[in-house]
Parts: sequence; C-alpha cells; structure tokens
Amino acid sequence: MQFWIIQTLNSLALGGLLFLLSAGFSLIFGLMRIANLTHGALFMLGAYIGVTILKFVPNLWLAAVLAGLVVALLGALLERFILRALAGNALGQVLVTLGFAFIIADFCLVMWGGDPIPLPTPEYLRLPLIVAGVPFPSYRLAVIGIAIVTAIALYLLMERTRLGAMIRAGVDDMQMARAVGIPVSKLFTLVFALGTGLAGAGGVIGGPILSAYPGLDADMLPLALIVVILGGVGSLVGAFAGSFIIGFIYTFGTALLPDLAYVILFLPMIVVIAFRPRGLFGRQTA
Amino acid sequence: MKNVAWWIVLAATIALPFAAGDYYINFASQIFIAVIFAASLNLLVGYGGLPSLGHAAYLGVSAYLSAWLYLKFGLDHWILAPVALVATTVMAGLFGLIALRATGLGFLMLTLALSQVLWGTAYRWVAVTEGDNGLRGLTRPAPFGVSLDQPIAFYFFALTVTVMALWLMARFVGSPFGAALKGTRDQPRRMSALGHNVWLIRWITFVYAGFWGAVSGLLFVYYHKYIHPTSLSLASSAEGLIGVIAGGSGTLAGPLIGAAIVMVLKNYVSAYVERWNMLLGFVFVVIVVFMPDGLVPGARRLWARWRSR
Repeated sequence: MQFWIIQTLNSLALGGLLFLLSAGFSLIFGLMRIANLTHGALFMLGAYIGVTILKFVPNLWLAAVLAGLVVALLGALLERFILRALAGNALGQVLVTLGFAFIIADFCLVMWGGDPIPLPTPEYLRLPLIVAGVPFPSYRLAVIGIAIVTAIALYLLMERTRLGAMIRAGVDDMQMARAVGIPVSKLFTLVFALGTGLAGAGGVIGGPILSAYPGLDADMLPLALIVVILGGVGSLVGAFAGSFIIGFIYTFGTALLPDLAYVILFLPMIVVIAFRPRGLFGRQTA
Repeated sequence: MKNVAWWIVLAATIALPFAAGDYYINFASQIFIAVIFAASLNLLVGYGGLPSLGHAAYLGVSAYLSAWLYLKFGLDHWILAPVALVATTVMAGLFGLIALRATGLGFLMLTLALSQVLWGTAYRWVAVTEGDNGLRGLTRPAPFGVSLDQPIAFYFFALTVTVMALWLMARFVGSPFGAALKGTRDQPRRMSALGHNVWLIRWITFVYAGFWGAVSGLLFVYYHKYIHPTSLSLASSAEGLIGVIAGGSGTLAGPLIGAAIVMVLKNYVSAYVERWNMLLGFVFVVIVVFMPDGLVPGARRLWARWRSR
C-alpha cells in the first residue's frame, strides 16, 4: 500500500515538473512554430542558478522565482537577437537552439562541476505529512500544488486576458493576427521568455527531488518532447494531461521495470501517433 | 569534369596510407565512418527534406547488436553483420512508420524522441548494455582471412565499404526514384497529384538511410572494439547533422567534406580546448547563422561568380 501511495505521489510530482517544463515548450511551439531544444538545458541551468542563489538567499521559492527571471531574460535575448535573425527559417532556428543547448549544458559543467548537487528541501516540508496514519512526502505535495496553481494561472492568462487572446490569435492564424494589428513579434519574445522562465523555475523546484547534475538536460528533454507529442503542440490542456500521463508511466516504469523504463515510453507515443497523430488535444489545422 | 574531382579524392585516399603514419591512417578510417553516417543522413535531410535528429539510433543499435550478440553467443562476424544490419533496418522500418506520421519539425521531434528513448535504454538496461561502462572485449572481423587489426588493413576495409556506400547512395539519388524523392521534398502536393505515393517514397528512403546508418555503426564498433551509450546520444546525431549542413545538404560531396571537418574539429581543436560540446554548439550557431547552405553550395556559388567574370 505504502509503495503505491509513494509511487503515485512521485508520479504526480514528476508530472507537475514536466508540466512546468513542457507548458512553455508547447506554447513556444504553438506560437512560433519552432521546437525550442534549449528547453532541457534551460531547466538544468535554472536548477544550477538556484544552487548558487541558495548560497546567498536561503529560500527555495525565492530562488525559483529569481532563477526563472534570469532564465527568462536569457530566453528573451536568445529570441530577440538570434532567432529573430533567422525568421522564416524554422529548421535553422531549431538547429540554433540545439547549438545553444550544447553550449549551455557545457557551460553548466564548467561552472558547477560534474558532481550532482542536491538542492535543500525547505525546512518545514522535510517531515512527511501524516494523514490517517499514512505518511505523505510533503515536498512532493507542494510541487503538485505549484504545478496545479501554475496550470490554472496559465489557463486564465490564455483564456481570460487580452494578452492571452492575442497569443491565441497568433497561434491560430499569424498572418491575420498581424493584419489586425497584433504585435506578433513582441508576443514571440514574451512567450519565449515566459516559456523558458517556467523551465528555469521548474529546474529549481525540481531540485530537491532530482538534484542538479550534468545530463539533467538530456534526461528531461525527451520526456518533455514525448509529453508534447502526446498532448499536442500548442495545447495547454494537452501539456497538462500529457505531463501526468508520462509522469505516471515513467515513475511506475522505473519502479517496476527499472531496466526498461525508457522502452515503456515508446508505448504511449506509438499509440497516440497511430490514432491521433496531432496528439490528444492537438488541433487538426496545420 | 565533375567526376575528375572524385577520382582525385579516391586516388589520394588510396595513396594516403603509404605516405602517412598509423595515427593518420586511423584518423582517416574514423572519418570514413563519419562520412557514411553523414551521407546516409543526407538522404533524409538533403534529398528528402526530412530533418532527422535521431540518426544515431541506427548507428548505435547496429553497433550494440553486433557487440551484444558477439559477447553473448560468440557468433562469427559473418553471421553477426547481416543479423545486425537486417535487425536495424527492420527497426528503421518501424521507426519510419511512427516518424513519418509527421513532416518538418514534427518529424524532427519524433525522430529525436525515438532515438532518445534508445539512448536512455542503453544507459539503464545494464543487464544487456552494461550501462555507462559500455560493452568491451570486442573483436574486428577477418574477411577472407585478412585480419583487420592492423590500421592499414582496417583502413582499406573501411575505404572499400565507404566507396561502395557512397556509390550506391549516389545511384539511389540519381535514379528515377531519387528524382521522385526530390520531387516530394520540393512539391509534395504536386507529386501526390501526379500519382506518386509520397509517403511510400519517404518511407523507403527512411529505411534505406537507416540501413546505411547501420553500416556505419558496424564499422564504428569494429574500429573502436567498444560501444558506449554516447554513440546513441543527441550529440552523436547532431554531429552527423552538422556535418551534412556544414558541407551542404542535398549535395553528394557535402556530407563528405562536412563530416571530415567535424572530425578534424573534434580531434584537433578539442585537443587544445577540452570543451567539445561547447565547440559543437558554437559550430552549429555559426554555420546556421552565417553559412546556411553549407560549404559545397557556397563554394560552387563563388566558383560560378568567378567564372562569369
């Protein structure tokens, strides 16, 4: 019983982290039509920046916000000065993000070394929460809470604000959005900063669970890709559902069949690609 | 005129081992392997317009299969090689079914996700792959009783395979099928309207590219007598892709030159600066920003301009 509860919570916590990572990836892909391959590297960079900030400010949440802002700024610069120069060349843009992914990952190795650095769990979340005699790891509950709050905030932003309406217009039909006077280029920078910032903050929030280590980027990027393939690009609901599906499959795969956890990831991909090539929540329009 | 350059390159590569030491012979053998890998990727990226970011899957799987079957059953290379090639090609066929549900960046993401799953499996499935330790204790084959353990013997073996591979791939893109493939790259809807089965043309190319990727994987594992999960990594796929793009995708000579440049950079520059991944990243950025169509088309453009003066 204990095993199932713990693994379920682990699944939900990983799902929450994956949502923080893939929501931005999905939004960026939806609006800009490019796959931002720096996303895994920025998640890792966020975790490492969190490590450094925590040396000065012993507050994980503040560190997450600050690291998110730093990474968002970096993302904005990347979009504004590099990707903008390659407008219209989607493959070129993706390859540049891949190049930066390598640069950022190696930069982290130079700056923070090769040993894994765990981020400390906040004091008050170290003890498990005991409900009806069953202990629940409280930090994981907090991560799940953050992911849900973020999801609701993003949903409200996209569905209930003027800015969100403009982004949705850009996703649906960029040419028309431009024609009616929506500043799509500014939206690009904004969405890119928002998406990368979420990844950076996600890295810090994931820190106490995953630690910051070289290779964190390569571990997270494929999971985010599969989430987005599963959920459908540009769909927030899809990213949310996909994150938790993959969170469960990967966590239980790792727990029950540690050798083959990755092979099991093929299954959801194959099923979705076979029956809904645009993902569970993807639109049918190109 | 065009073929002359190819004959000169061939003559030079045949002459090289008689002029250079073992170090350069070994280095050139590694370049051959990278060339086959990049050329096979070029079939997809350059001629098919299908940007694959998971080509290392075929190199890695055929290498791992050959290595694992050898260690597990001690089979002869005469049996191992075809088994590894056929199994990897079948896998390419299955991956093609998945990846070709999309084109463009969807295809890129799917190929990347598929190969990353294999990479993760190579790390985790310790019972089969030995994980991070990699598989060691392998041997090189001895075709017709000639041991390939000497650098020069391996060199000519690799050269023979490379020439065959490049010739067959050139035949492939030069054939009517190759013309149809380029058609599906440039005008998929018109090709479809003309009655071509666009999907099938792409799938066949995908499988064929996977087969040559598997061939490069066999050479790779023969050369190193060792295989590690990094061969399946994104960086491995990316090295091949940047070779294709640096040289000029969709040209026959492009991947040759591009792969050679990547290998030279990797071996020489990283001897001075220890940061190959960072350098690889910068090479990506610089090439995409400043030389988007690659060296061969770029040089051809300059040549045309010079001649027209």
